[in-house]
Amino acid sequence: MATVVVEHVSKAYQRGTVPALRDMSFDVRSGELFGLIGPDGAGKTTLLRILTTLLLADQGSARVADLDVVKDYHAIRRLVGYMPGRFSLYQDLSVAENLAFFATVFGTTVAANYHLVSDIYVQLEPFKQRLAGNLSGGMKQKLALCCALIHEPKVLFLDEPTTGVDPVSRKEFWDMLGRLRDRGITIVVSTPYMDEAARCDRVALVQHGQIIALDSLPAMLASHATETFAVRGATGGPFHMLRDLRAYPFTKYCFAFGQEHHLVLLPNAPGGAAVEAYMRERGHATVSVQRIAPNIEDVFIELSQPPSAKEPAHG
Amino acid sequence: MAEWAIEAVNLTRRFGAFTAVNAINLQVAQGEIFGFLGANGAGKTTAMRIFCGLLEPTSGQATVAGFDAMTQSEKIKQQIGYMSQKFSLYGKLTVRQNIRFFAGIYGLSRAQVKSKTAEIVERLGLADAADKLVDDLPLGWKQRISFAVATVHQPKVVFLDEPTGGVDPMVRRQFWDMIFEAAAQGMTVFVTTHYMDEAEYCDRVSIMVDGSIAAIGTPAELYAQHNASSVEEVFVALARKATRHGD
Repeated sequence: MATVVVEHVSKAYQRGTVPALRDMSFDVRSGELFGLIGPDGAGKTTLLRILTTLLLADQGSARVADLDVVKDYHAIRRLVGYMPGRFSLYQDLSVAENLAFFATVFGTTVAANYHLVSDIYVQLEPFKQRLAGNLSGGMKQKLALCCALIHEPKVLFLDEPTTGVDPVSRKEFWDMLGRLRDRGITIVVSTPYMDEAARCDRVALVQHGQIIALDSLPAMLASHATETFAVRGATGGPFHMLRDLRAYPFTKYCFAFGQEHHLVLLPNAPGGAAVEAYMRERGHATVSVQRIAPNIEDVFIELSQPPSAKEPAHG
Repeated sequence: MAEWAIEAVNLTRRFGAFTAVNAINLQVAQGEIFGFLGANGAGKTTAMRIFCGLLEPTSGQATVAGFDAMTQSEKIKQQIGYMSQKFSLYGKLTVRQNIRFFAGIYGLSRAQVKSKTAEIVERLGLADAADKLVDDLPLGWKQRISFAVATVHQPKVVFLDEPTGGVDPMVRRQFWDMIFEAAAQGMTVFVTTHYMDEAEYCDRVSIMVDGSIAAIGTPAELYAQHNASSVEEVFVALARKATRHGD
């Protein structure tokens, strides 16, 4: 059963001249933790604003919990929780006042739904008299999540909750989302961090207003298994390694990937051993080239290659 | 005095009773890519502001490009480049106007401004975009232009504060190609990031926890010291020990 249904949604800004979403269609299943993964400008925020009834699509339709985002916007607003990318709580209300305010607006009380936020709010409790504007970034984010949860939403929409957050706090935040999902809340979360795909049940990779891939992470990696090589070697530093790898006649593209460089070759290339020999000739004595399983970033890079690079001219 | 591009000796900064930076020591060599890591609130921004000549230390010493952060902060500002994701370019100026503006601020002559502008436009492949407003360009282009502008006066040291947030994996790596090139030409790059794969690209990294440097060395040295296989593992192990809260 689908909790969110998006059908052929398009949206453009500045009198139709700047496209944000191009004919986008997908479903989010009930109870799923669903990731919208893509860079700034891909259309993630526009999509979330349409689904939370804050923005009208130019074309297409969308339903949330079997309600139409245009006709039934009033009912949807009661059912969903939304955490925008920009901190949108009242800076001059205290932590406790913000939470009470959002509960009241939705016709409930903090006491009635405290169980939903208790394990997050307990970390805020020591600061509950502090003005929201004076909280640290991590605390603001936790308060915003509490305020989006306090009316017991069926669906939670989170717009880049982990952007600019350090790796440890990001892990903790995803642990919280996992626990909320286990309680049956459907969660749609956008992020520019590709590694967070591993925390989602399914992910959509978004670029230029389109979904370029949609699946669970393991299925996505399996279906886009472009032959990828990891090149390691200590000589010369990344600048010279990359320069020489890119000069190799059979290189399609090559980028730094953490401790190694990932190399994708053109069709009909002789293979990894030939690359190793080529690099040795250029003075990279300790080089090693190994075939590896591509990760999510490899997949994104492959899918975002321009068509000309995908089908290189022969000859 | 050793010829470090950046050196901190017992560098400390307090705000009232709060010690944001607590007696840190580090040396960065000319031409090195140095990754300055830490959780939100660890004290990175405060230390970076001191290195850039924007904040005086409470005690201890910092020298950048041979100048003292306490007594010669104006000299430091002339010798460094700085780029942050939050402030970099003027959106309502064109690419060309931004380059001219920053080149002028850094005291380049008219002739230099002209040749530098042409060089950057050519090197970044911006011929068609040079007269567009920066606001109308994709984020990845803005970041690369910011870097070019921050280094327009060929500083000895460039500070990059989370330069690659929010772009796709390829654009992020194209940005690092620019860093690798600048370092290969001898520029010192001092960079903060929340992407742990980017920490692996650095010659050396430090990890700040609660105002102190909890680890410093090449990525390989850090794995060995902490029995880990990546900088991310080291970071997580150290940052979990933090007692300070956020930002």
